[in-house]
Amino acid sequence: MTALAPETLARWQFGVTTVYHFLFVPLTIALSSFVAGLETAWVRTGKEKYLRAAKFWGKLFLINIAMGVVTGILQEFQFGMNWSDYSRLVGDVFGAPLAFEALIAFFFESTFIGLWIFGWDKLPKRIHAACMWMVAAGTVLSAYFILAANSWMQHPVGYRMDPGSGRAELTDFIRVLTQNTALAQFAHTLVAAFLTGGAFMAGIAAYHLRRRRHVPVMRASLRLGLVTMVVAGLLTAVSGDRLGKIMYDQQPMKMAAAEALWETKGPAPFSLFAYGDVGPPKTGHNKVAVEIPGLLSFLAHDDFSTAVPGIKDTEAALRDKYGGKLDIADYRPNIPVAYWSFRWMIGFGMSSFALGAAGLYLTRRRLWLAPDLRTTDDEVPRLALTRGREAGPSLSGWYWRLTLLTMAFPLIANSWGWIFTETGRQPWVVYGVLPTSAGVSPSVGQGEVVTSMSVFIALYAVLAVIEIKLLAKYVKAGPPELTDADLDPPTRIGGHDRDDPDRPMAFSY
Amino acid sequence: MELHDIWFAVIAVLWTGYFFLEGFDFGVGVLTRLLARDRGERRVLINTIGPVWDGNEVWLLTAAGGTFAAFPDWYATLFSGFYLPLLAVLVCLIVRGVAFEYRAKRTEDAWQDRWEKALFVTSLLPAFLWGVVFANIVRGVPVDGRKNYAGGLGDLFGPYALLGGLVTLTLFTFHGALFTALKTTGDIRPRARRLAVALGLACAALTALFLAWTQAHSGDVWSLGASVIAVAALLGAVAVDAAGREGWAFALSGAAVAATVAALFLALFPDVMPSSLDPRWSLTAENAASSPYTLRIMTWCAALATPVVMLYQGWTYWVFRKRIGTRHIAENH
Repeated sequence: MTALAPETLARWQFGVTTVYHFLFVPLTIALSSFVAGLETAWVRTGKEKYLRAAKFWGKLFLINIAMGVVTGILQEFQFGMNWSDYSRLVGDVFGAPLAFEALIAFFFESTFIGLWIFGWDKLPKRIHAACMWMVAAGTVLSAYFILAANSWMQHPVGYRMDPGSGRAELTDFIRVLTQNTALAQFAHTLVAAFLTGGAFMAGIAAYHLRRRRHVPVMRASLRLGLVTMVVAGLLTAVSGDRLGKIMYDQQPMKMAAAEALWETKGPAPFSLFAYGDVGPPKTGHNKVAVEIPGLLSFLAHDDFSTAVPGIKDTEAALRDKYGGKLDIADYRPNIPVAYWSFRWMIGFGMSSFALGAAGLYLTRRRLWLAPDLRTTDDEVPRLALTRGREAGPSLSGWYWRLTLLTMAFPLIANSWGWIFTETGRQPWVVYGVLPTSAGVSPSVGQGEVVTSMSVFIALYAVLAVIEIKLLAKYVKAGPPELTDADLDPPTRIGGHDRDDPDRPMAFSY
Repeated sequence: MELHDIWFAVIAVLWTGYFFLEGFDFGVGVLTRLLARDRGERRVLINTIGPVWDGNEVWLLTAAGGTFAAFPDWYATLFSGFYLPLLAVLVCLIVRGVAFEYRAKRTEDAWQDRWEKALFVTSLLPAFLWGVVFANIVRGVPVDGRKNYAGGLGDLFGPYALLGGLVTLTLFTFHGALFTALKTTGDIRPRARRLAVALGLACAALTALFLAWTQAHSGDVWSLGASVIAVAALLGAVAVDAAGREGWAFALSGAAVAATVAALFLALFPDVMPSSLDPRWSLTAENAASSPYTLRIMTWCAALATPVVMLYQGWTYWVFRKRIGTRHIAENH
């Protein structure tokens, strides 16, 4: 494989565009629920700070979802453009969840987001808030269908190979949607999305609180962000452990590579740091290794002694199983990428959780980090269980800075998680069924892939700069002041009874 | 009726829905330079489609996803074969979506100018390219014995394909002008009506020529019927528009869009991508289809979900039924 072979380029393009698309997806999933929750809080309590918070986070949510939506269009076209043989051979199975996603989830999201953006002066407040709940439901459904499709690539079930055409044909759609890989992957991705959203919210709230600005709105936001970080962080670890055990069963090679575990060991240690001889010709040992004895056995099998198969044994088993039938030279994924992406995923994810836990501890019992941040009208539920003394100003200063920094951690963790699971599946595009090299478009030449690759990298780079600048602008601007129109929403669908025909729209592009 | 024939019809319906809905929002995008005189009027136009353009675009995603699931070979050959035109469409849709959402997020003139220009270009180009793509599908392209596209980029831009592009461009712009006349108030409304007459006549001439060419090449009695309805609906829309009945005019231009798409799909049937090299290599609704089980699952899904989608999408149009004029647009701050 040369550096500019269409297959290499197509893989890079898929990797780059998918990771980029997924920078926006988790924030969209989490923020839609947060905005819906805050707007519902306003509807139920009538407290203005909740409406201001909903409008503030809603604005950031819209800037973010715009990018998520448009980068998603490419994802759907890309299978046909760069991976036409893949589409031919598995479209019978893989196409259905994608079509379901468009028909059920995308319509939901896009229609109700339009209603929410333009509906402030057209819809009663309850219905307006319900629209955002609909958007949130749409994002979750969308995640479910696409992850079911990806899970089928990781662990194909509910299909048969048609000997005549050589393609995979669906036999049990319910099984594709409900297999344990799909459920575990969905759970893990969903809670990680909430961890991402929580960190995003806490970071921006910390930015304002450090400057003593917009205290009522940002305090509520900070608490919501921190609680989400802790709960979602815990669940991310639990669901990740569950998914890891499934992967040990279904893709032992991926997990052996994740540990750079060359030899089968029982009890198997968990590696903290390894520097190995992994480049060609892959002699297969680590020169440096720092390990925790027995932990890997626990991660794989829930006890500290069962053996875990190593890379060499796993490869031999795969060679016995598929050798001769398929044109695969090397059954091993890129070991250093698998090893380090696995560690960075866990490291960045869990440090974000730790910071959330520290934040909850520091802000417990309504003691805020500095005396001038204390107000008495705090209806955020008390979640701390311990009593303690007040933190000093320097600690709080550091905490705000750290929280802002940590905003990006879950995003990094998500990206490495996808890189881990997708590169760890190699050399397969559909595990055990279709090698990646057999999936590319035979009719697409190098020039075409180079063209699209350059176009997307240039376009995405420009859009990233624009998006980040816009986010920064609206973060700095803070929550909007409410107008009389905001506080007097219509009571029936279509607008006020007493509508002045010349009244400006509440929202316009 | 075999399942794959039903799915051929479903895909045709999805594309019809897409061209009917996104057709007028492409048209409105083009009119931001053709009809609007200043930024205020451009904003009125943009806001007529503001709440709905994104939902309209999902019809494309559903058509593509439906093709992937029901006709994997069709999806694979089309998207890998028409690589560069579809890449251009894709880039346009990406920039266009961002242009809608980001245009008003800053107040600087230069910023808004740039997004407005982007919106015009990214509406015009796909409106043209979809016609090119569909003209090529109907006419046939070099598909080899392994179902792969074997032509070059030049093969996709013959005179018939270029004419097809002009047809969709004028058709969508006409459709968009009638939508504008229906959705605006004040000074823009009569101007949109007047412009629509000229656009409609040009569109009718081009469409008649294009559909006659299609008919001569691969038509049957059904596609002839649809073609006649398409041209008649266009002329009817012009007449009704000139008489000032905007709602009827828009319904007729919509009917013209639907009949044009129907004529193309009827001329195409039972092929989905005829091969210009050897008819035996053509992709047909039968040989490009998924297994009966998959088609059954998809049929259930489409039968249950589509009415619900149309219901809540239709409701959106009802919620935003009020006409918009320059006085309804707040100062941009």
